[in-house]
Amino acid sequence: MTRFQSASQTAGPYVHIGCTPSFAGLENMYGGHDLGADIFSPDTPGTWVTVSGRIFDGEGMPVTDAMLEFWQADSFGHYAPQGGSEGWGRRAVDAQAASYSVNTILPAAVGDEAPHINVWVVARGVNLGLHTRIYFDCADNEQDPVLAAIDDPARRSSLIATRDGDTYNFDIHLQGDKETVFLNV
Amino acid sequence: MSLQPQALTPDYRSSRLRSPSHKLLSLAPGAGELTGPTFGHDLIGPNDNNLIINYAAPGQAAIGEQIMVHGHLLDGNARPVSNALLEFWQANAGGRYRHKKDGYLSPLDPNFGGCGRTITDADGYYSFRTVRPGPYPWPNGGNDWRPAHIHFSCFGVGWAQRLITQMYFEGDPHIPLCPIVQTIADPQAIDSLTARLDMAHTEPMNFRAFRFDVILRGKVSTLFENKLEGN
Repeated sequence: MTRFQSASQTAGPYVHIGCTPSFAGLENMYGGHDLGADIFSPDTPGTWVTVSGRIFDGEGMPVTDAMLEFWQADSFGHYAPQGGSEGWGRRAVDAQAASYSVNTILPAAVGDEAPHINVWVVARGVNLGLHTRIYFDCADNEQDPVLAAIDDPARRSSLIATRDGDTYNFDIHLQGDKETVFLNV
Repeated sequence: MSLQPQALTPDYRSSRLRSPSHKLLSLAPGAGELTGPTFGHDLIGPNDNNLIINYAAPGQAAIGEQIMVHGHLLDGNARPVSNALLEFWQANAGGRYRHKKDGYLSPLDPNFGGCGRTITDADGYYSFRTVRPGPYPWPNGGNDWRPAHIHFSCFGVGWAQRLITQMYFEGDPHIPLCPIVQTIADPQAIDSLTARLDMAHTEPMNFRAFRFDVILRGKVSTLFENKLEGN
């Protein structure tokens, strides 16, 4: 029997209550620990970096109620097996600047795909969660099939984080001239 | 007709500047889409799935109509999705969220946080106890009221199945009036987000039960058959 998939509805402006309750100010919910605070445990081998950025709407205003989730391979190119959540994390963006920051390890390439972090974006006004990817400007991205499928070089660059020391910057634009490429996975 | 809402739905004003104008780029699912984070049952505390008491002072309870919400998490082929994390959030019985951005005049309930979670069992079954949330007004340009609803965050087996949606209650007159509900064009798809009163599981003199199943996209092997329609 085939059943129709449930329709998506916006996460709304109060997503933090359910997904990052400590961030939302619900004292001691889940022991005061928001799920996904750490993408990897601190002893995970690899090159540790910071990825940070901001998220904007079509008029360049910060999307202050967004929540981002990240899912990535480790430094050997492996995604966590069933039963594991290493490589996954989430952030509520800052309520004023719509900024986020995560500490993680650089993923390795997986098959013919260049190293990347999968990102899922939800917010008030976003009816269906948006998938995108963070690539790295230090990596060899030439053969990556997703980047190769984007004809416009300016749009392709919307998926590539730029390095500044140990920090990579990756901004997300939901709409407009700088619109990020979003994926139908 | 698309089962999923379009990105740009002007009657829901917040979508106007937050909807991508380019078509989504389709890609063949790879390792990153077919795998996803999964969590152990040891993550869940004993009261995580009881919103009536999980934020209440000892011996206290949240105010409101006592209900149980239960059902199955399934994939597009009606197979159970076991061991999957479900997270819930909602307004209190008066329609007020415990959130600094909610300034509705209806008061907070000191014993209600509005946050819960559980992990599906081997049959994909879940349940949680809560109070029925109230409807509330919201700024959308008119006299807009949200139908009573509970937000669901659902993990599946693969990253491509990640879903956030909302559960409504059978018979709520605000469902056809709500611009957020009406971002979904297909009436059947709206109907499938509407929980049904379940007298068979309603406990006399205790709580009413509502049944709500969530259907994720197809399991790993069938994701290709369940491609989202592009928007």
